[in-house]
Amino acid sequence: MAEKVIYVMYDDEEVLKDGAKSLVSKGIKIADVFSPFPIHGIDPIIGVKNTRLGIMAFLYGLTGLMLATVGMRFFMVTDWPMNIGGKPNFSYLENMLAFVPVTFEFTVLCAAHGMVITYLLANKTLPGMPAQNPDPRTTDDRFVMEIRLSDNHQSSEKEIDELLKNTGFVEIDKKEVN
Amino acid sequence: MQKEAAIREPLILGHKSYHDVTEDVCRPIEDKAPRMWYVLFGIALIIALYGIGCIVYLLGTGIGVWGLNKTIGWAWDITNFVWWVGIGHAGTLISAVLLLFRQKWRMAINRSAEAMTIFAVFMAGLFPLIHMGRLWVGYWVLPLPNQFGSLWVNFNSPLLWDVFAISTYLSVSLVFWYIGLIPDFATIRDRAKKPVSKKMYSILSFGWSGRAKNWNRFETVSLVLAGLATPLVFSVHSIVSFDFATSIVPGWHTTIFPPYFVAGAVFSGFAMVQTLLLVMRKAMGLEAYIHTKHVEYMNIVIMVTGSIVGTAYITELFISWYSGVEYEAYAFLNRATGPYWWAYWSMMTCNVISPQLMWIRKLRRSLLFTFFISIVVNIGMWFERYVIIVTSIHRDYLPSAWSMHYPSHIDIGVYIGTIGIFFVFFLLFARYFPVLALNEIKTILKGSGQSYKEAPDYHKHH
Repeated sequence: MAEKVIYVMYDDEEVLKDGAKSLVSKGIKIADVFSPFPIHGIDPIIGVKNTRLGIMAFLYGLTGLMLATVGMRFFMVTDWPMNIGGKPNFSYLENMLAFVPVTFEFTVLCAAHGMVITYLLANKTLPGMPAQNPDPRTTDDRFVMEIRLSDNHQSSEKEIDELLKNTGFVEIDKKEVN
Repeated sequence: MQKEAAIREPLILGHKSYHDVTEDVCRPIEDKAPRMWYVLFGIALIIALYGIGCIVYLLGTGIGVWGLNKTIGWAWDITNFVWWVGIGHAGTLISAVLLLFRQKWRMAINRSAEAMTIFAVFMAGLFPLIHMGRLWVGYWVLPLPNQFGSLWVNFNSPLLWDVFAISTYLSVSLVFWYIGLIPDFATIRDRAKKPVSKKMYSILSFGWSGRAKNWNRFETVSLVLAGLATPLVFSVHSIVSFDFATSIVPGWHTTIFPPYFVAGAVFSGFAMVQTLLLVMRKAMGLEAYIHTKHVEYMNIVIMVTGSIVGTAYITELFISWYSGVEYEAYAFLNRATGPYWWAYWSMMTCNVISPQLMWIRKLRRSLLFTFFISIVVNIGMWFERYVIIVTSIHRDYLPSAWSMHYPSHIDIGVYIGTIGIFFVFFLLFARYFPVLALNEIKTILKGSGQSYKEAPDYHKHH
């Protein structure tokens, strides 16, 4: 089903932010904002929830910590204990100090790469993915607000146009998208 | 938008708009490369090929072609390894530690410093690999199931810790760098006119669209990666220093090594950043973004870390006497007055005296002087590792085994070659990659840009 989308372009992030604030206060739902850099403070205005990637990183790190501990215990204590300079080879706990560096490195390795892979998947940014920004200038110096009519049944297209008029946009574009 | 004090020097000079920032960074990529680039690239390529030739000869013949002997089993190879790893410390320090401290001046230099880091760690990683002699069994350093009686790698050994530290550092730095590059590749993609470059940058930019949610995630990922990379930076060179500190060789068996190596690494890394950026800003017309203030900040870091290194040298010297261990005392006396006195005193001059000149404001704001000192520091830091490694082992407990180390032409060729390979990578980076973090620079334009700071309403509250 085709639906109508309004792309409103601004040349300043503060103007867009003020515009978004006034639109939202009138009950208009803004679907998305495209910008060349992060606009601080836009997320609560348009209702973007904070990401939980930080929690994921912690969980990946915990996984790394566990794998390193289990692995080194198996290699050095259970499977093939070796006498290395008389160091205790019969218990993980007594030999643990020597295992701290690798445990730390492996924890960081898993946390960092796990988080980055999750980030790329969540963003749907992978090699060969098509770009989805409505205008090539949004990666340069333009800021675009996306308003979907299907999100805003309470107001007509005309009413939205009227509200937009006072927000100081530079260009407006309407497209039918699927 | 965040405001800052009016007396603070602006970080972006001139009257730049967002579009100007894009233009300034993308133009060198889109235009034809200047002649000078081809000349430099040609020179670097020839040196790199010579180095690769030396490495191939080494692998075919064996590491006997190095100037090593029974007493000196470690010399240039490990010196070069530590030197390159040290240089590779600035990039992640700039982008991670300075991000956590919210230092905005890092934004002009982090991209190229990180590139430098990655290429330097590549070069570092090459040395232990070729030192194995049999490069093709290099995977034996990993704990893989095997048929040798299930013989595992030794997790008690600092050399194995190094394997984990260097590979984690390299891969995490690479990922950190690339996450920041994605939005900037998207900018180049959206400007590209030629189909081939459009296609290339589309692939590189992973389809980045710059949605509000994308940016929200981007900022969290950058912050968490910085948080992870910060202890990583400190751990890597600490672990490198364990290679020596956990041995019982007089001169190596020193508990001061970890902090001293980390400070030395940051010191040499920043020197290399200065060397590269002072040339790059000029060649690519980026004087508005990387200017005297940035150079001054970096010189202050060089001064502080240089002072830590100097203090460590003197502490080490004092403790060798104060410990009352005659072997330890001799190791240090021999460094300063033995046959390698020239290496020791070069190190002292380059690393202890030269950074102290940065106390003088005029000197630390002089670009020419900075360039000169950055080269001096790089030389000094190479000598530091040479002094620590070679002078400690060339006279051991048995005077009949005392020896000297003379590098063979393969030793020299491999070392010079890695500098060539490094510059090949760096020149390619400068040619095809956005050398400034576009998206980050734009976020500070209104807060720290000259034209905005000088505007009459800058200090009014909105």
